Amino acid sequence: MDKLNEITKSQLRKDIPDFGPGDTIDVNVRVIEGGKERNQHYRGIVLGRKGGSGISATFTVRKISGGVGVERIFPLHSPMLKSVQVVRRGKVRRAKLNYIRKLTGSKATRIAEKR
Amino acid sequence: MRGLIGKRIGMTQIFDDSGAVIPVTVIEAGPCVVTQIKTVATDGYNAIQVGFGKQKDKHTSKPMHGHFTKAGVEPQRVVAEFEGIEGFEYKPGQQFKVSIFHKGEKVNVTGTSKGRGFAGVIKRHGFHQQNVTHGQSEYLRHPGSIGQSSDPSRVWKGMKMGGHMGVDTVTVSNLKVVRIDEEKNQLFLRGAVPGANNGIILIKK
Repeated sequence: MDKLNEITKSQLRKDIPDFGPGDTIDVNVRVIEGGKERNQHYRGIVLGRKGGSGISATFTVRKISGGVGVERIFPLHSPMLKSVQVVRRGKVRRAKLNYIRKLTGSKATRIAEKR
Repeated sequence: MRGLIGKRIGMTQIFDDSGAVIPVTVIEAGPCVVTQIKTVATDGYNAIQVGFGKQKDKHTSKPMHGHFTKAGVEPQRVVAEFEGIEGFEYKPGQQFKVSIFHKGEKVNVTGTSKGRGFAGVIKRHGFHQQNVTHGQSEYLRHPGSIGQSSDPSRVWKGMKMGGHMGVDTVTVSNLKVVRIDEEKNQLFLRGAVPGANNGIILIKK
């Protein structure tokens, strides 16, 4: 395992802030279309993180777009992530917020702020 | 040289230039030392025998010790034969490193699969499990009928049944070379490679 960690060490990103489930975050993704690069902005609630501290770590962000729930899974250490900013810290009692998918109306986006 | 002996280090993932995730197997390939050159005149066929890995003198058998001394090389852990490239002059003691491969090239990898012991038909042949309900009591993972009645009064040869599984020689072809680390003798192949970590494998072009 040590040899594998050594290989992926250089690809791990240290500039991503600490965030967890329930937090509202801003994700800026680099999108390459037809040779041109542009920025895509994505804001939503973090449903959970997966993969621990290794290179394969990912996180799921959910937002309501035009009345439809949209979820995106990002690799935490992907070079395509331009930046991640924490907008609001949420107070939650679960590591994975999958129950939010079933909620409707204002409940679906309402999470108490962490003090 | 058309191939190298290597050691499987393990699987991980890397990001390519476009940001896509690529699953890779990391292999410590070489350096391999030429231990014998086989020719039609002396052995009946052409091949280059190479060795890989350090081995202590006391773990080397006497016949192999003599074989290595004749070639003038240190005792090697494993030896294997590869096809040589025509026109290239091989000598015992010559070293080949991971640099014989190129990025983007496709290779075949041969290894020994993980041992599963005595496995039933579900794991070994992909049979379906039987009913869990409808009064079923103890035949969940059984194969069911294995043949007919008094005619033929025997089980056909080749009937799929439980038995030993794994520890087979398995070859996976057309694995793409994603990256080469010449300093650490590491080869990065896209996809999985047979066998357990630290297992010996053969990489052929």
